[in-house]
Amino acid sequence: MIKFRLDPSSGVATYLQLVHQVKHALRLGVLVPGDRLPTIKEVVSDLAINPNTVAKAYRELENEGLVVGRPGLGTFVRRSLGGGSTADHSRFRRDLAQWVRGCREAGLDQEDMEALFALVLADFRQEGIA
Amino acid sequence: MTVDRTVGMFGGGAGEFTAPAQSPTALEAVRLAKRYRGTWALRDCTLSVPAGRVIALVGPNGAGKSTFLHLVAGLIAPTRGSVRIFGEPVGQRAEALARVAFLAQDKPLYDGFTVAEMLRFGRHLNPGWDDALARQRLAELDIPLNRKVGKLSGGQQAQVALTIAVAKRPDLLVMDEPLANLDPVARHDIMRSLMAAVAETQLTVVLSSHVVSDLTNACDWLVVLNRGQVQISGEVDELLATHRMLSGPTELADGMAARMPVISDSRSERQADLLVRTGPGTPLRDPRWKVSGVSLEELVLAYLRRPDATALPRPTLTTT
Repeated sequence: MIKFRLDPSSGVATYLQLVHQVKHALRLGVLVPGDRLPTIKEVVSDLAINPNTVAKAYRELENEGLVVGRPGLGTFVRRSLGGGSTADHSRFRRDLAQWVRGCREAGLDQEDMEALFALVLADFRQEGIA
Repeated sequence: MTVDRTVGMFGGGAGEFTAPAQSPTALEAVRLAKRYRGTWALRDCTLSVPAGRVIALVGPNGAGKSTFLHLVAGLIAPTRGSVRIFGEPVGQRAEALARVAFLAQDKPLYDGFTVAEMLRFGRHLNPGWDDALARQRLAELDIPLNRKVGKLSGGQQAQVALTIAVAKRPDLLVMDEPLANLDPVARHDIMRSLMAAVAETQLTVVLSSHVVSDLTNACDWLVVLNRGQVQISGEVDELLATHRMLSGPTELADGMAARMPVISDSRSERQADLLVRTGPGTPLRDPRWKVSGVSLEELVLAYLRRPDATALPRPTLTTT
């Protein structure tokens, strides 16, 4: 079962942080179909956050078809996320690791790399629109 | 056709918040005012909050928070205006009073009583008393029933007081500065138990504090009182979604400020930082401006410094 964490300085609404964390876990395969999400009471007594916030996050995930709430039983993962097969994922991860190694050797630090990666993603996004 | 009048702060955004829209109004104040001798502690407060919310009441010292809470709990009578709890005028009937629990700032416990005696006291005074709930909560918190209240730590005393308030099974729990005088761990523990109680019993809570950071994630409705008036009343997520910090070149700041309401405006020679209220669907495409979210604390501070700025729902909400 996943455990939520909150980043108070992120500026992202709390319910969205929960949504993102579930999606992240789905992408990485930490959560798979059939898994149960923590109950609302479990989340709130752990993080001291509002139950409506958790309900809103779960509702959002349900609307996207990622989880399903079964009254009295809990909220369960319906499908996983992320395009491509697991084999593709490990290949891209290897390629990316190679890229990171190259950057390191050229003297780039983590922030340089993050900025580069974000820039390239943004370029592709613009091409997509044009 | 019905229009959701209680949730949308700016009247837009139907659909996303459909669930809370069905809730009845838990708390409604109309032109509520209270004068002590010559001084108005509260003037002309109008607001409406749906049931099932955890409402943060914040504001500087002397803003009227405590007065407002005492009026809501029916402990004092208003000079003008009215408060309703779940549609019932406050303090008129015993049944209406039984729906509200009030937790005073100075912990309402007797030091010489044991915890068990406090529970017996609560049972005698409250017809809807849920003894099983009280005992279960105290057991989960490892608070011994035979211990004298005066021998408990500050955090444990606060937990006992909260347990007694929750065991009354109120529909509305009113707490005046419940976190004052507690250390950070005890504050977090209290909020955790309070949130668990809300998840279990669906109660509506209104609590005051002057420390916004303690309430950020626990409360989903924000009411800001300033100089005896309501300055903000709205859903926290919606407030955060509709306020942005814009940082950009100073020479463009006037043009930007003319386009949307500016809550705070700080300019240096080159850079301007504007905290603005935006509509939900007004993205900023100008790459010279950096757009970032604001924390609840920043938002509250910005409003408190500008007492003339308000973020309130449309006046339609007072229709009865």
